[in-house]
Amino acid sequence: MSTVVDPIPATTLAPATALTKDTYKNKVHPDWCPGCGDFSVLAALQMALFELGLQPHQVVVISGIGCSSNLPGYINTYGMHTLHGRSLAVATGVKLGNHELKVIATGGDGDGFGIGGNHFMHTMRRNVDLTYIVMDNQIYGLTTGQTSPTSRKGMKTKSTPHGNVENPINPIPMAIVGGATYVARGFSGKQKHLIELMKGAIMHKGFSFVDVFSPCVTYNKDNTYQFFNPKVKALDDLGHDPSDFHKAMDRGYQWNEEIPIGLFWKRTDLPSLEESEPVLDEGGPLAFRKLGITDEQAQGLIKELV
Amino acid sequence: MAKVDFAIGIGGEAGQGIATPGDILARIFARRGLNLNAYNAYQSLIRGGHTFLTIRASDGPVRSMGDKLDILIPLNQDTMDRHLRLLGAGACVLFDSDKIKPGVPAEGVQVCPLPIKQLTAGNKLAANTVAIAATLQMLGVEFKALEDALTRIFKRKGDAVVSENVGFAQTGYDYAAANFKAFPFKAPNLGKGNAVLTGNMALALGGIAAGVKFYAAYPMSPSTGVLMYMASHARELGMMVRQVEDEIGVMNMVIGAAHTGCRSMCATSGGGFALMTEAIGMAGMIEAPVVCIDVQRAGPATGVPTKTEQGDLWQILGAGQGDFPRIIVAPKDTLDAFQTIPELFNLCDKYQCPGLVLSDLLISEGTASVDPKDLDFKVKIDRGELIMPNGNGNGNGAAANPFGGANDNAYLRYKNTESGISPRAVPGMPGHIHVAATDEHDEDGTLISDEFTNPAKRRMMVEKRARKMETVLAQIAPPKLVGPEQAEVTLVGWGSTEGVIREAVEKLAAEEGIVANQLAVKWIVPFHADEIAHLLTRSKRIIIVENNFSGQFARYLRSETGIAAHGHIRKYDGEPFMPHHIVNAVKSQIAGQTELSVPEHEVMV
Repeated sequence: MSTVVDPIPATTLAPATALTKDTYKNKVHPDWCPGCGDFSVLAALQMALFELGLQPHQVVVISGIGCSSNLPGYINTYGMHTLHGRSLAVATGVKLGNHELKVIATGGDGDGFGIGGNHFMHTMRRNVDLTYIVMDNQIYGLTTGQTSPTSRKGMKTKSTPHGNVENPINPIPMAIVGGATYVARGFSGKQKHLIELMKGAIMHKGFSFVDVFSPCVTYNKDNTYQFFNPKVKALDDLGHDPSDFHKAMDRGYQWNEEIPIGLFWKRTDLPSLEESEPVLDEGGPLAFRKLGITDEQAQGLIKELV
Repeated sequence: MAKVDFAIGIGGEAGQGIATPGDILARIFARRGLNLNAYNAYQSLIRGGHTFLTIRASDGPVRSMGDKLDILIPLNQDTMDRHLRLLGAGACVLFDSDKIKPGVPAEGVQVCPLPIKQLTAGNKLAANTVAIAATLQMLGVEFKALEDALTRIFKRKGDAVVSENVGFAQTGYDYAAANFKAFPFKAPNLGKGNAVLTGNMALALGGIAAGVKFYAAYPMSPSTGVLMYMASHARELGMMVRQVEDEIGVMNMVIGAAHTGCRSMCATSGGGFALMTEAIGMAGMIEAPVVCIDVQRAGPATGVPTKTEQGDLWQILGAGQGDFPRIIVAPKDTLDAFQTIPELFNLCDKYQCPGLVLSDLLISEGTASVDPKDLDFKVKIDRGELIMPNGNGNGNGAAANPFGGANDNAYLRYKNTESGISPRAVPGMPGHIHVAATDEHDEDGTLISDEFTNPAKRRMMVEKRARKMETVLAQIAPPKLVGPEQAEVTLVGWGSTEGVIREAVEKLAAEEGIVANQLAVKWIVPFHADEIAHLLTRSKRIIIVENNFSGQFARYLRSETGIAAHGHIRKYDGEPFMPHHIVNAVKSQIAGQTELSVPEHEVMV
């Protein structure tokens, strides 16, 4: 029953069958509310994968818990539907276990910035080569409408019936200072724009973050399509330079009649965690390497003990 | 029967340099082929306090730190004051007479003052070297052994430092020869070397033997030794070792790596384990094989970070909400810790479930000698029904359908098989696409917890997972009764108490004329309930020995077998049992004085 075998790179087994747009569709239809912004995020992600020509079996989409975290069940790639707030920790393990996979974490604002906030900070500073797509609806939807870390001050929700007295976090500046090397914001109502942001994020070497305004049509009556549509402005059209740290921070904080969307911040001068770990320099994915150690290594370990 | 059996105690403040002389002595004894056990009683501080290292060595088996001290080396007055009264006739105390007063020892204790200033020409760092040199002289160890050890340790610092230290050692050695009475025995040289390692190193080495490729941890005493060993050997052995932001992240990361096909492991203590429990349920639900070590310390909450306890049994039994298969094992000693990890990995791979190890501070931070031949890294590897791009050796290759998976049901990750074990494909495999979900799911991974809630399917999946456990028990060894079958008392323990109970059984027979036998339980889940019940129903008096307050194992034994013990010996003061604690408790229980003994730890450490 021994399973010790010599490694073969997974990529050599990639099938030659042509991809179509439908390749990434899953038989399960999303159970999101009609009109939910997450439909557009799912469609954008499927299109981004298609346009990048990525084989479904080379992609793992990993989510936490919440409405948006059901996404892995609706896309034909490998998927993990983990625990509330833990998608990035699991995704890091997956990426380090097999760094030849394209690993995409998806989830909501409560999952990522509330219960999962600690992992968000640390995954960014490690610059793990992951793409993190947050469907940010500024509300807890699956628990039927409570305040979230991105709910605006004053917002009335079921857990803040007198209005939210706390300040929200702003994920964009947080990601920029947190160490993310690709920081973008999209909007469900601008799908083509979102596809381009996702493609850039997926191909970026390092931690890429796409915060998507994805309106909850059932529980959030403040941050609606009608709210965002007239306000969102593409950073490209504003002449923004994503390599300018201070301008990126300023644009990140901008929240008035004009709310910028697009690529705020990108740097390519930092190695990713996988590139920084000599253990991954050669030998292919850890997962497919031979188990155990050589006699020589074993003798070396024992020698240290005598 | 052992001809030589002695123990040395070195005590002082943290930071006074107890570890190095302890290590020198342990290695010298082990190189002579002696067996040894060392236990360091310490506190949660970096400088100050009271630290006391006990090193016991013998030419026979050494299973605990024992009951007596033959040589006391107090490095400060406090240690002298705390421990001197515990020395009996024939023992000796070696101390720096320039700064420590000896107090009044028991009759027959040899007082050995060392005029350190005079012997070291005022070099403060040399005091410990002088003391161990004198110790070795009195134990009949030739000077060359110490010279070799010092050369090894100080080589990095250059020849001048080596010769300086060897010089101090020679002075101490000669001074002892001229002024003190040597022991009537000599520490023999048996002509074969033993390896010396801590339990944490043994656990790490077990993981290395099993083929661990991913190790993650958050530092937490007394488990940190595993992380340090793994980290220091990661690059040479090709392992990914990560320190993570918290234990929640640790377990989730380990599961992620395990899901891709890596053998993945982590270690923590009770508090960190508490944070991991939700994710352990995830490993149960998505059927990911992970190994997690809980090195128990005295709880609850922060508890006593540097003291031992067996207080996490029910935590680990109940870790995670809901029912799911898990395997729980409590290794009995250092070597067993090494050998258990590869065995557990094979079971976890085969049954696709979390494997949980209950170690404790006593095993993990204790030091023991092991015959190097027993450190066998050529372990059996069985990865079960695993489907990988490069095959699994079991005949499961890649599927024909290039995309497959989610849309055509060709591959069912959670197939409802007779054994409950479903062939496990890892991400990256063409034709095996699926979602691994912590929500209840159908055979193909589709969620059945939301829109498609289905009682029949839910029942099927619960039973499928549970069914896996039906065949585990036959794969592991049942516990055996050690000692005479007809005995007055059966002492039952679990995990790390195996050694001290064995010594208590021997002492009861040799010194008290009480015939006792022993049942040491290692595998907690699954539990050999029938075998254990069969053995124990023939016992005249069952006494359960455990390092906790409430009798956690006693409750578990009762729940699984219906057997209630006649008596209990429990210790929850942070220090491990010594053999005489158990001997005295058994005597008082046989005399009908009590059914619950809580031995007093005689010395404040």
